[in-house]
Amino acid sequence: MSEQREHPVNKFLRMDRMPSIWCPGCGIGTTVNCFTRALTECDKDLDKVAVVSGIGCTGRVAGYLNLDSFHTTHGRALPFATGLKVANPELDVVVYSGDGDLSAIGGNHFIHAARRNSDILCICVNNFTYGMTGGQVTPTTPEPAIASTTPYGAFEPTFNLPHLAASSGATYVARWTTFHVRQLARSMRDALSKKGFRFIEVIAPCPTLYLRRNRLGEALHEMRFYKEKSVIKHGADTREAALDYRGQIVVGTFVDTRRPTWLEAMNKRMSTVLGEKFVPYALPTREPKV
Amino acid sequence: MKADPKGVLTGSHYLDGDHACSEGALAAGCRFAAGYPITPSTEVVERIAARFPLVGGTFIQLEDELAASIAVIGGVWGGAKALTVTSGPGFSLMMEHIGFAAMTETPVVYIDVQRGGPSTGLPTLAAQADMMQARWGSHGDYRLIALCPNSPQECFDLTLEAFNLAEQYRVPVVVMLDEVVGHMTEKVVIPPAEQLEVTPRRWTDKPPGEFLPFAPREDLVPDLCMFGEGYRFHVTGLTHDERGYPAMNAPTQERLVRRLVDKIEKNADKILRWEEKDTEGAEVVIVSYGITSRVAQRAVEMAREKGVKVGSFRLITAWPFPHKRIAELSRSVKSLVVPELNLGQMSLEVERTVAGRCRTIPVLHAGGAVHRPEAILEAIMEVAR
Repeated sequence: MSEQREHPVNKFLRMDRMPSIWCPGCGIGTTVNCFTRALTECDKDLDKVAVVSGIGCTGRVAGYLNLDSFHTTHGRALPFATGLKVANPELDVVVYSGDGDLSAIGGNHFIHAARRNSDILCICVNNFTYGMTGGQVTPTTPEPAIASTTPYGAFEPTFNLPHLAASSGATYVARWTTFHVRQLARSMRDALSKKGFRFIEVIAPCPTLYLRRNRLGEALHEMRFYKEKSVIKHGADTREAALDYRGQIVVGTFVDTRRPTWLEAMNKRMSTVLGEKFVPYALPTREPKV
Repeated sequence: MKADPKGVLTGSHYLDGDHACSEGALAAGCRFAAGYPITPSTEVVERIAARFPLVGGTFIQLEDELAASIAVIGGVWGGAKALTVTSGPGFSLMMEHIGFAAMTETPVVYIDVQRGGPSTGLPTLAAQADMMQARWGSHGDYRLIALCPNSPQECFDLTLEAFNLAEQYRVPVVVMLDEVVGHMTEKVVIPPAEQLEVTPRRWTDKPPGEFLPFAPREDLVPDLCMFGEGYRFHVTGLTHDERGYPAMNAPTQERLVRRLVDKIEKNADKILRWEEKDTEGAEVVIVSYGITSRVAQRAVEMAREKGVKVGSFRLITAWPFPHKRIAELSRSVKSLVVPELNLGQMSLEVERTVAGRCRTIPVLHAGGAVHRPEAILEAIMEVAR
C-alpha cells in the first residue's frame, strides 16, 4: 500500500471548512486550484497575501483560502481592498469576484479601481449568472440565454469585461476559461508579480443553473466547448474580445503594461509639491503595550 | 497611552466644527481617511487632505459613499485608524457598511454632519433628523455608539473620544454634528499631546493558531489583529463563530448578535456621557443635544428669570441612550421638554423611557433654522402654569 500523501492544494485551503458549497462541475474551484498553483510558483510570503471577495458563489473563495481573507458586502470587494492596500501597502491584495458582483452592483468601483490604478489583482469568475440566488441574468449574460429573470431569453447588450478593464486603465488584462488551467495558473502567477490594477477574467461553467437552464449539458461538455471555441490571441484588441452566446471565445493576455499606481502617483505628487515637508505614510504597527 | 504629538495641533485656534473634527481625528492617531464630497460635511476631509501628507496620513477620495464607507473598514483591518465623513444622502448610502462594521466588530469612525431631509432636502441648512437612522438605519439587530457635539471644541474632543470608544468596544462610532455646529467658528483649545489620552487597539497577545478573532474577553469585546501578521484569519459579514467562520444557524446567531448588543448595553455606564445642570429640585428639565442645547440654554435663562425651577440635561451620548438617568429624572420632575430639529426622534426615546411617569413635551422643528428660544420657553411655561 502506498503512503498517503497530502494533496498539494490542501495547505492553501482551510480544510476545516471543506467540503465547499460549490456544486459538482462548478468552475470556481478550478480557478482556486490554479490560484494556489500560482501562489506556489510566485514565491510570495503568504502571510502578506490577502484575499477579498464580495457576495455570491465566487464571493465564498475568500473563506476557503488559508490566507488573511475578507468576505465583504455585495459588490464592494474592490473599495474594501483599496482601503486595505492603501492602509497597508506591503500586502498583496487579491480580489475574487463573480460577474454580477463585479460588473453589476460593483461596476462603478471596477472602473474607478482600474482608472486610479489601485494596486490590486482582480480575478473575475464569469459564469454568466447569479448562481447563489438561483440563476438570474447578469451584465454578461448573452442574448438569448435563459435566466430565471429572463425566462424568454436575455436581450440586453453585455459587458465585454476585458475591454471595460482595459479602457478604464487596467495595466494587465487577460482572459482564460477553466479549460485552460495551465495558462490560467501562469497568468495568475505573472499577474501576482506585477503592479497596478490587474484583471483576469475566467470563463467558468455553472452547470446547475446556466448550463442546465439552457440545455447545454454537463460541465464536461462545457470543457469540450471551451476547448473547441477558444482562440488564443495574445495582445488582441480587447474590442474584438466580446463574447456572444456560444460563439468564439478569445483568450490570452491582452494588456501587459506599467503605469504609476495610485500610491506611487500620490507619493510623487506630494514629494514634488511639498518636498521635505511631505511625510510618507508609514506601515501600521502595533502600539506599544501600556 | 498618550497621543502621538505629530498629529496634535497644540494651541488655541479659531476653528469651525468640521475642521475641529479633522483635528480630533488627527490627534486620535487617525492616518487613513476616505471620503466623497457632500455638503455640509466636506470641510472635514478637505482639511484632512491638506494635513495628512504633513503627518504621515493617507486620504483617498473615492467614487461614492458606498466605497468610502467600506474602504475605511479595509483600512482598519490593514492596521490603520480610519475615518469617513458624510451628510444625510451619503449617510443613507453608508448604512449597509455601518451594519457590516458592527457585524465584523470593526473599530471605525463615521461623522455625519446632519442637514435637512428627507432626500436632498436642505443641503446647506441644519437638522437633527438622522438620529434614529444612526441607531436603526442598517438592517438587523446591532448597537453602535453615537456622540453629539454642541460646539467646535466638542467636535475636537468627541471625535478623539469616538476613536477611543471605537477601539475600546470594537464598534463603529458615529459623531453626529448638525450643520450649525459643523459650520460655526469658535475658539478650540487643543492641549499638548501628553495631555491627550488615546486608547490603543486591543491587539491580541496570542500567537497565530491560538487566537480567535471573535472570542470575547470578559467585557464581551474580542481582541484583534491586523492583516499581514501571519494570523491568516477570516472576517465575514455572515453570521460567524469565534473563529470568524460562517455558521448560519440559530444558536450561533443568538450567541453572536446577542453579544453585539450586550457589549454596548452592558457597558453603557462606562460609555455614557451627558451634562446636567440644575436638575436637583427642578420641576421641568430640558433634554436636548447638539445646536439645540445652545438655543435651549437661552430658554432656560428666560424661564428662570420668570422664577420657574428648570434644569437642563444635555445628551452627549445619544446612543446608547441614558435610560437609567432619564428614568430617575422622570420620577422627580413634572415634565421633560425635548426640543430637537426633527419631527420627533430622541423625544420618542425619552417618552419611551419615562413610560408615563411624567409628561414628555417635544418641541419639534422640521429643520432649516434653529428654534426660537421662545418656542422652548412656551413649552416650559405650559408646565409651570
